[in-house]
Amino acid sequence: MSYLPKGLPEPVTETDKLDQPYWEGTRAGKLKVQRCGACNTWQWGPEWICHNCRSWDMKWVEVEPKGKIWTWTRCWHPVHPALKAAGPYIAVLVELPHAGNIRMLGNLLGDPHQTVTIGAPVTAVFEPHDDAKTPYTLVQWKLA
Amino acid sequence: MAEHTLRGKVAVVGIGETTYYKHSQSPDPEFVLALKAILAACEDAGINPRDIDSFASYANDRNDPSRLSAALGCKELRLSNMQWGGGGGGGAAAIGNAAAAIVTGQAEIAVVYRALAQGQFQRYGLAQAGGTVSGDNALINPYGIFVPAQRFALKIMRYMHEHGIKQEALRALALASYHHAQSNPRAVMYGRPLTEEAYEASRWIAEPYHLFDCCMENDGAAAVVLVSAERAKDFKNKPAYVLSVAQGSDHRNAARSFNAPDFHSSSFGPVAPHLWEMAKLGPKDVDVLQSYENFTGGVLMSLTEHGFVHPDECNEFLKLENLIAPSGKLPLNTSGGNLAECYMHGLELQIEAVRQLRGTATSQVPNAKVAGVIAGPMVTPVSTMIFGSEETL
Ligand SMILES: [Zn+2]
Repeated sequence: MSYLPKGLPEPVTETDKLDQPYWEGTRAGKLKVQRCGACNTWQWGPEWICHNCRSWDMKWVEVEPKGKIWTWTRCWHPVHPALKAAGPYIAVLVELPHAGNIRMLGNLLGDPHQTVTIGAPVTAVFEPHDDAKTPYTLVQWKLA
Repeated sequence: MAEHTLRGKVAVVGIGETTYYKHSQSPDPEFVLALKAILAACEDAGINPRDIDSFASYANDRNDPSRLSAALGCKELRLSNMQWGGGGGGGAAAIGNAAAAIVTGQAEIAVVYRALAQGQFQRYGLAQAGGTVSGDNALINPYGIFVPAQRFALKIMRYMHEHGIKQEALRALALASYHHAQSNPRAVMYGRPLTEEAYEASRWIAEPYHLFDCCMENDGAAAVVLVSAERAKDFKNKPAYVLSVAQGSDHRNAARSFNAPDFHSSSFGPVAPHLWEMAKLGPKDVDVLQSYENFTGGVLMSLTEHGFVHPDECNEFLKLENLIAPSGKLPLNTSGGNLAECYMHGLELQIEAVRQLRGTATSQVPNAKVAGVIAGPMVTPVSTMIFGSEETL
């Protein structure tokens, strides 16, 4: 059971494979992000080079799948055909203070009409899409 | 060391627009719209279209300068320039790029133009069905975040949280554009005033954006003619001199997955200081301001990042009476702007600034000498500019 209806675009690994470890990680229920092997800077989304020290030695590190709501929006207007009958849904940008304050987007599970509080702690919920052409797992969030 | 500046060296001497239509309503194909706007700008300037030698645009305009030049029978083609990236954020930059070419001897008579026929092509506010996504979109689209209204809602939501800004501040920005459109027969929303009640009752698009916080989508075209300041004196219209242009964005603005350090921003953080430095002016010197409304939240952050209002004073300052011509403290979007005149990707704002300096605007600010134009915010790169009358040189 996914938070949003079927029919939204299915994420696939980039042809250059830059983000492959992330998508392999979520399939295994692990949240992996980049960390520089030279200067320990956290980096998200993925890039080939460390933005802090220009090292090419970017490691993929598993991080505890938790964070805080940094900002959010409740979407009402169906901008995609698959969302026509979905009603409102909440997107949250979650900050990971234990991983250099990197941010990642997801949906906030639960009542779509709930009051959302910036700063509220959340934990990740891995949402598998096993029947997709290329099966994938999204990282969603729920209040901790 | 020599001062490197565009200040006062180039002027707009002609402006042209087509009729502005609701999206997909244009009877003309997009290329015809572009031609009509350019011809109108030439007529306004009093030049023969054959003499245009240079073209500049932005937002991946589909109307190629080589085709335009051939269709118009121009004697020669010199500059063919496209601002890379940033969509409507490139409106001022396109003028700056053309102006820079003129000052450095690479162009003589330049047209900056933008044409949109969204019926002929895909609309901005709707996503394509099905398929797969990769890269940055793979981290965003599967969560139902596709269009600018949603992406930019995330920015202003955080900004409002940090500075205690209320919805009424956004509302005032929407009301100002609609107020001015009621005096402007060209405006798509002419004859359709907006009240506080109608704003509040309008549906949410993506919180905190109501319907009326979001720009329209329109069909039409706009163009301006630029020449050097020396030549500008030979034209019939009062020249609108380019006093300053700045483009760019802040540190790592395009960091993926919304990881820009200053994500909750209009992207003008380091850009606006360059603007003021070249203009040798500050926010208090601006008589009338056009600020691109993709969404009201972007206008709000554009105003704060340019120094027109302190972030913590938005609730007090952003009230309708402060934002309307002729007597408001900061007359804003005096033609109706992207919200209520036409979403001509902001080039209609440059044209309105020129009209204000000529004294021919439908909501005229008396004796306007300094007119600011802030192009599309919250993207990268953004751009911003100041026009001045002859007295400001
Ligand atoms: Zn590093």
